[in-house]
Amino acid sequence: MAIENPWGELDALRREIDRTFQTFWSDRRPQSWRVAFLPGQGARQYPLVNLSEDEGNLYVEALAPGVDPKSLDLSVLQGALTIKGEKPGLAQVTADAYHRNERAAGRFTRTIELPVEVDATRVQADYRNGLLVVTMPKVEAAKPKQIQVNLVG
Amino acid sequence: MAEKTVPSVQPEPAARREETRAQERYIIPPVDIFETKDGLTVIADLPGVEQQALDVRVADGVLTLQGNTKHIAPGTPIAQEYELLNFYRQFELPDAVDADRISAQLTHGVLALHLPKKERAKPRQITVQVS
Repeated sequence: MAIENPWGELDALRREIDRTFQTFWSDRRPQSWRVAFLPGQGARQYPLVNLSEDEGNLYVEALAPGVDPKSLDLSVLQGALTIKGEKPGLAQVTADAYHRNERAAGRFTRTIELPVEVDATRVQADYRNGLLVVTMPKVEAAKPKQIQVNLVG
Repeated sequence: MAEKTVPSVQPEPAARREETRAQERYIIPPVDIFETKDGLTVIADLPGVEQQALDVRVADGVLTLQGNTKHIAPGTPIAQEYELLNFYRQFELPDAVDADRISAQLTHGVLALHLPKKERAKPRQITVQVS
C-alpha cells in the first residue's frame, strides 16, 4: 500500500482523535444538559429516555417538557418503540424581543429498540409534568418463571 | 433573521448556588426570556417538577426558581440516559419590574412567569397641545 502523503494521513488521524475526545468530554459537561432538551428530527437524540422494568412490564420514561400532548404519536413495531411529537415554539415573539433563548422547539422522532418482546396491543402512555411514561406489558414468554427445585433423597 | 430554534451552546456563567458540602446537585434549567411593552416573560423547562415541589420567589430584586424533581416510572432501571436532579436558577430583576404582580403558570413541565413593568416604567405617549 502506497501512502501518497504521510503527513496528511497523520494529520487526519490527529483530527479524528481530537474529535473523539471532544465528543467524549462534551457528553460529561454540565452544559450538555441544555442540549438534552433540544428536539430534533431524529438526528439528535430527543427525547432522552430511561428504561426500567419489573416482572410484568417494561417502562420507558422520556424527558419531554412542553410537548403538545395532542401531537404525541407512539407506536410499537417489531420490538421497537417510536415516539413522535412536537414541542411548539413561541410564534408570536420577534427575534429582537429575546433576552435569552435557550429552549428549543420543533418536531421530533425517536425510535428505541426494546430489550424484551412486549404486547403491542396493551401499551399505555401517560404524560405528566413534562415526563412521558410508556408502560409496555411483556409477553408471557419474556416473563421470568419461578422454577421449583425438587429435593431428591 | 437569526436562527432561533437552536440556541447557542456556549457556556455562560449563570448564578450558581454557593458550593457547599451538601449532597444536593442542581441543574440550571434552560429559559427563554422576552420583553413586551407590558413586561417580561420568563419561560423555563422544568420536567418532572410538580406544582407543590416548585418554589418561585423574589427577594431583594433577585428571582429564584427552584424545583424538586421526581421520576415517575416504576421498576428497576435497565438503561439511563438522563438523571433528574433538582433545578435551580437565579436572575437579577431590573428595577422596572413590579414584583407584587408577578404571575406564574406551570403546564406540562414548563413554567411561564409574567413579570409586569411598573406603571411609570412603561412608555407613554405625550400629546402636545398646540395653542
